[in-house]
Parts: sequence; structure tokens; C-alpha cells
Amino acid sequence: MKEDRQALNRQLAQMLKGGVIMDVTTPEQARIAEEAGACAVMALERIPADIRAAGGVSRMSDPKMIRGIQEAVSIPVMAKCRIGHIAEAQILQAIEIDYIDESEVLSPADNIYHIDKTKFDVPFVCGAKNLGEALRRIAEGATMIRTKGEPGTGDVVQAVSHMRLMQSEIRRLVSMSEDELFEAAKQLQAPYELVKYVHENGKLPVVNFAAGGVATPADAALMMQLGAEGVFVGSGIFKSGNPQKRAAAIVQAVTNYQDAKLLAELSEDLGEAMVGINEQEIELLMAERGK
Amino acid sequence: MRVAVLALQGAFIEHEQVLQKLGVETFEVRQLQDWQQPKDALIIPGGESTTQVHLLNSLGLLHPIRQAILEGLPVFGTCAGLILLAKQEDGHPREGLCTMDIDVCRNAYGRQLGSFQATGEVAGIADKLPMTFIRAPYVHRALSPEVEILSEVDGRIVAVRQGHQLATAFHPELTTDHHLHQYFIQQINRLSA
Repeated sequence: MKEDRQALNRQLAQMLKGGVIMDVTTPEQARIAEEAGACAVMALERIPADIRAAGGVSRMSDPKMIRGIQEAVSIPVMAKCRIGHIAEAQILQAIEIDYIDESEVLSPADNIYHIDKTKFDVPFVCGAKNLGEALRRIAEGATMIRTKGEPGTGDVVQAVSHMRLMQSEIRRLVSMSEDELFEAAKQLQAPYELVKYVHENGKLPVVNFAAGGVATPADAALMMQLGAEGVFVGSGIFKSGNPQKRAAAIVQAVTNYQDAKLLAELSEDLGEAMVGINEQEIELLMAERGK
Repeated sequence: MRVAVLALQGAFIEHEQVLQKLGVETFEVRQLQDWQQPKDALIIPGGESTTQVHLLNSLGLLHPIRQAILEGLPVFGTCAGLILLAKQEDGHPREGLCTMDIDVCRNAYGRQLGSFQATGEVAGIADKLPMTFIRAPYVHRALSPEVEILSEVDGRIVAVRQGHQLATAFHPELTTDHHLHQYFIQQINRLSA
């Protein structure tokens, strides 16, 4: 990838900061998300909760369905490809997707290699449970990172642990002396240059969002307080009682995540939240896919 | 000098960092209470314009901010900020702050693959300014002679000024060239003198 594309792709993620990216499966849901204030939508055939329920192999969505959503809204449209599935990513680039999520939510196509994202002009967001994973994905060309909270569960616990771990690993790098960074790079299994960047800047070189299990305005505010720069909401919205109201409330909660009084108002009368399943009750930990 | 930065969504921190580098105090506006602080100017950052309009409405900020701009508060909008200031979109009235006599085209260069970098002249401000366009708009046309066209790239209007209002289709907050922010600070000083 030419250097200016990499810069432009990181910069698009900067424009999404402080925003909510919502999973949608139809043009109508996409319009609801846009009207509620989503800063982007993720187009997919089945939301993670249904992918989990259906089981089997889960793949990239039908390009026609994605195009339908691209035509319905003016905000950026993202879509998922399987980990390591170069051809699915090429197809998504061919339909001019705004961001590709190389996602553990779909069945991995490659158990060892992720996509060499530097070969693409469209940007990629990838999941990471810890700093090492995040820096490896960035080295492969990802221009945005998100946590790998358990999708489709409505349980925020995993996203919280990933964000906490990453922030604490960043603080640890910042506190190191320069000659300790070489060993740190070895332990993190990440390129030295990226480790050095984090040491000097106290942050990732790309935008870092929360994803997985966010179901309420309070969940979104929690992730922002823990250092997320924005939030993905998957099944949490369209699996709930009143998607419009919940979506708008989560958007406002991300902007004013430190105002508990406003968060209390936003949390009122949202109807039923998605039922959710606990981390212990699920048989498949998607976060363990692709490291 | 204290500059308010609209911090509802988008790349507001980048603007704060530039202003702080130039020695100007900033504060974030996330709700009405923030807005009521004393201020000398306002910056509206890039981000998603639909998201920002939605939040301006739901937080009750749209009317007070619009009123302050109409009463002469200096304002600088970039990308989504330019869209929010525009009175028209593709020849039709649009929802937003609507204080500038311009007609804009949103996502004018297409999707993310159409995002690009350029170098251009900004009249009276910089000869060779690096410009970053991210899913950018441009200005179709000025709707009144009060609007000064400051810059065109490939025949499209990308920077405009109307009295105390300044707007660009690109993102000066993403580059290390701070000519536009410096110009804006000069304008604030001139208007308050």
C-alpha cells in the first residue's frame, strides 16, 4: 500500500472517533442507525447473536446485500471478511467498501496467517485482546483496532478485560527505559518500531474502539471511560425491544460518557435489552480465533 | 483567548492539539452547560455530519450555537464542520447550523477509495498548503457575494470565508502546516479589537 493510502485510512478512523458503529442487516436497519446518529454501519447478513445461534460456517455477506445498504445511507459502510480470506477482502474492495473488518465473528479461513493488509487500498479494522495482537495487526496494515469482546452475547466482560489489559500494557511500555524496549518487543511478538512508538506516545498509532457485548448506554460509557475512542454495537441494538431509542441513547452516551446524570436519563425506558448469554455459558470463544 | 471546540463526535482532539501548540486555550463542548462558558470563537471539527447534526439537536445545542454565529461569533468548520455551516446541499435547504451562504455536495469524491491528499493555494493565507480530503465535501457555489472563495482544487471550491465564518472541505488539523489555524486566530484578534 502506498504510504498516503495508509495515512488516509488511519485518518478516516480518526473521523469516526467519539462515534458508534452499528451492525445492520437490512437497508431499513441502516437508515434507523443513521437517523439515530451512528457514525458508520457494519453491513452483515446475520448479526453475531444469530451467527452464534445458527452455528456452521459463517462467511462474508452477499455483495448485493451490502450494496443495498451502501445505497441506503450516506455514512461509511463497513463489512466483514473471514480472517485470512484474501479473496473475500478483494471482493469487498471491488464494491468500494469504506472499511473491512477482518473479523473473528466469521469462521476463520486461515488458522495461521492474517491478510497482508498493506496490499489493499481500502482500510482494515482488526480485533485485538492485548497490545501484542494489536501491534501485529497494525504491522500487517490494519489502520484501526477494536477489542474482541464476545460478539452476540450482550456480555461486556471480555471487551472490558481486553481494553484494561491493553491500556495497562501501554502504561507499562511508557514507563520502560529505552534499552528495555527491545526485550519488550520480543515478549510482545511485535515489531520494535511500533513498540517504540507506543513508548513515546502512550497510545497506539491507530484509533482503538471497543467491540463485543456492548448492550446499554452504560456499557458504552464504561468502555469510553476505560479508554476506548468509540464503540461498535452489534447485536445489542436490533436484538432489543426498541432499537431506535436504544441506538440514539447509546450515541449520546458515547459523547457524554462522564455525565452520570445524563446517563441516568438516557438509560430510562429503553424497553427490553437483549437477553444475552454469559461468557461461561457459551461453547465458542470467538476471541480465541486469530492471534 | 478561549476557543470552544465542538466535541460531540469526530476529530476534535486534533484541533485542540493544534490550537494548544499555537498557545491558544481551548475547551470542549459536549452539552449546553459547556457551551455557556465565555468564548471568543468556535471550531467545528471533521467527523460524520449526520451524527453531529443529530447530537446538536438532541442535546439542545443547535439553536444557541446558530444564534451565537449569527450574532458574530467567529467560527471555523472543517469537512463535516463546513457541511454543518452550509445553508444548502445540492441546491436544497439542509438541516444544520445553516449560517453560511454556500451550497455543498456531501461525499463529493465518493467513498473512502476517493479520499486523497493534495497541495493547493489558499488566497492570502498559504501558497502551498498540504490538504487532506477524507470522504470530503466540496462547495458547488456561493449563494451570495459576501462569500469569498479562498481555494479551489481541480476546479472545485474547497475553502471559503464569509465575514467571521471560515470553512474548508479538507482537514488542516491533520497536517503539520498550521497556516489556517494561525489565520483563524488572527481573525479572532482582529474581530475582537
